[in-house]
Amino acid sequence: MRKNMSESKATRRNGRRGPLASVALILIGLVATGGAYAALSTASASASVDLSSPAVIDEGQKLFAANCSTCHGQQAQGTANGPSLIGVGSAAVDFQVGTGRMPMQMSGPQAEQKPVQFTDEQTKALAAYVASLAPGPAIPAQSELEGGNVSNGGELFRINCAMCHNVAGAGGALTEGKYAPELKGVAAVHVYEAMLTGPQNMPVFNDLNLSPEEKKDIISYLTYIQENPSAGGLELSNLGPVSEGLFLWVFGLGAIVALTVWVTAKSN
Amino acid sequence: MSNVTAPAQSGVVGKFSNYLDERTSISGAVKEFGRKVFPDHWSFLLGEVALYSFVIILLTGSFLTFFFQASMTPVHYEGSYVPLKGIEMSAAMASTLDISFDIRGGLLMRQIHHWAALLFVASIGLHMLRVFFTGAFRKPRELNWSIGFVLFVLAMAEGFTGYSLPDDLLSGNGLRIIDGMVLGLPVVGTWITFLLFGGEFPGSDIVGRLYSLHILLLPAFVLIFIVLHLMFVIIHKHTQYPGPGKTEENVVGFPILPVYAAKAGGFFFLVFGVVALIGATVTINPIWNYGPYDPSPVSAGTQPDWYIGFADGALRLVPPHLETYWFGYTWSWNIIIPVLLLVVFLAAAFAYPFVEAWVTGDKREHHLLDRPRNAPVRTAIGAAGVTFYAVLWAAASSDIIATHFKVTMEGVINTLQIMLIVAPIIAFMTAKRIALALQKKDREILLHGFETGRVVRLPGGEYTEVHQQLDAYDRWQLVSYNDNAPIMLRPNPQGKITAGMRMRASMSRFFFEDRIAPVSQEEYKQALEHAHH
Repeated sequence: MRKNMSESKATRRNGRRGPLASVALILIGLVATGGAYAALSTASASASVDLSSPAVIDEGQKLFAANCSTCHGQQAQGTANGPSLIGVGSAAVDFQVGTGRMPMQMSGPQAEQKPVQFTDEQTKALAAYVASLAPGPAIPAQSELEGGNVSNGGELFRINCAMCHNVAGAGGALTEGKYAPELKGVAAVHVYEAMLTGPQNMPVFNDLNLSPEEKKDIISYLTYIQENPSAGGLELSNLGPVSEGLFLWVFGLGAIVALTVWVTAKSN
Repeated sequence: MSNVTAPAQSGVVGKFSNYLDERTSISGAVKEFGRKVFPDHWSFLLGEVALYSFVIILLTGSFLTFFFQASMTPVHYEGSYVPLKGIEMSAAMASTLDISFDIRGGLLMRQIHHWAALLFVASIGLHMLRVFFTGAFRKPRELNWSIGFVLFVLAMAEGFTGYSLPDDLLSGNGLRIIDGMVLGLPVVGTWITFLLFGGEFPGSDIVGRLYSLHILLLPAFVLIFIVLHLMFVIIHKHTQYPGPGKTEENVVGFPILPVYAAKAGGFFFLVFGVVALIGATVTINPIWNYGPYDPSPVSAGTQPDWYIGFADGALRLVPPHLETYWFGYTWSWNIIIPVLLLVVFLAAAFAYPFVEAWVTGDKREHHLLDRPRNAPVRTAIGAAGVTFYAVLWAAASSDIIATHFKVTMEGVINTLQIMLIVAPIIAFMTAKRIALALQKKDREILLHGFETGRVVRLPGGEYTEVHQQLDAYDRWQLVSYNDNAPIMLRPNPQGKITAGMRMRASMSRFFFEDRIAPVSQEEYKQALEHAHH
């Protein structure tokens, strides 16, 4: 055995390239292109857009005129169909447009989320334009979204958010067909902006109500429960006893009844 | 009893059995119980499922008591679940978190315990429905129905006290609702909650008190009533479905030893396996999400476990603003009405066997079960009851229905309010008509046989389809049932007709006015002759 191995090793060394060379080459290639793409795309995502640059604001104004002004007015002053956007700040635009709620597809109890319609750059340009009209809450920096105290965040979430969004962020019903959406999969920056601007039925949680530090804690808590699924197994959408009861009646009792039929079947 | 000659003492088992029997006379009992016969039908195992779930609950519950601390002393959680680290909570909540995250096998035991509890009440419910719809509650089993009903209520009480023990947000909200319901009772309400909670809600006593009830008093009662329930099953012998060779005087099936005991024992492990599988793979009551109880927050989608759902539904469906101010007190009809509704509903379920016995005036023993179609009004009443319960049940998840079916909350509530009254009536009429129609079909098949699909041409040129008569086995099932006719209103020996008699006569008309009489022997003979011509 030993001899064989050393022989095969020797033959490998004799070759011009090691057998793993091509694998390594592909790996290097993938890492390099992937890394470069990631670097470039993150750069285009946030770093490169300067919200105060006149060019960006101009671009935003054009987009606004083409996509938003029907309801919000040419100068964002508002019409009978849509509220004024003067003073709502870039955070509100980034939330509404960035999550696909705006431009609104149809009137209803509340603006539904739909596939995002603008690229990140276009969204930022729109935000820059609206922010240029009057001062308002700004898009939070990445540093305000990470590294908070998870347990404090959990407690704040239960006190301030859970009555509409459910303790696990599974969402919940409001009146007249409105609802608080599920928070799973919502980007941290959008959660922050929602607290800051109070979109649709949500109240505003300003900095006196929940300090930036506390907002960061809440976001860290949400991130934690998303990244750490239930220790108990399937979560049944975290809807609580209703989904548990349904599961038991359908699958638990279903299986049991099937077994009773099986156990008594042979005798007939 | 005494084995003077002591035969066949070969082998260890023989010697041991003999040793045991000489000291306990157990062979008498084994002979008696071992020859008990149980008929085989899947629906007869539903009660067994309940029994097995209870055994699972006892086993896992004992494990949980080793680690659970039934105390509301505030502590700071320092276990391994990060999002609750350093948070102040009761010792009950902290120890439940420890069971879930820091004690080996603890979470599995908790989840098996809780799933088995849900299965316990569900299988009791299904078992009750089987007993109801087949008329198994008739004489001599009315008392056993009552005992079973008490078990059902005890199971709900066990479930609710257990649900409230971890002192998490969900269980605290549940207790708050109970507190509110009790507070809404006139005059005594406030004092009862003071007694229950040891002062103002939530106080610091309730978890300890519920724990005593949950692990001591209620299980003891459940056990006593299970023993009574099973004793009655043995005394009455098991019921059976009608069929050839099955009469009111016999029981056709397998003896306990060796067949039935092996089957039932194996079935226990099947049930345990299913519950363990669910417990191992599906989260139930993730208290770590809910966090410790605090009277201020309430989570969206807060509901009780399914078996209390109908009570929660009643509270959700009662119209708002039902309050009056009388004699210096506020009378909260929005609480009194749902509570009364539930009490009346449960009382009706409890009393049904006695009511039916009174209406029919039937004093005979019944060991052969009814097919649901052969008691149309009973089946219809059952269908109405199930529908009524189901509407209340659905109402408890009104918010989830609203979000998941994209309808408005108000729409759901208003629809269910109407359905609570209308749907049972529709269910009653539909079920009764279906049962009568099925009876008609049975009658038709009996008299004229079933269509064979073979069409023949008679010499005269007439075409006719050949009908084939049922064989004797199938015929037996279709003819052997009790027929109840409405009772005649006749004066009693004193020559009077009392109000009670009138009431009974009108109830009897309600039950048996629309009926399809079973095929008589003469009718059958005539039909046969007719078929031969």
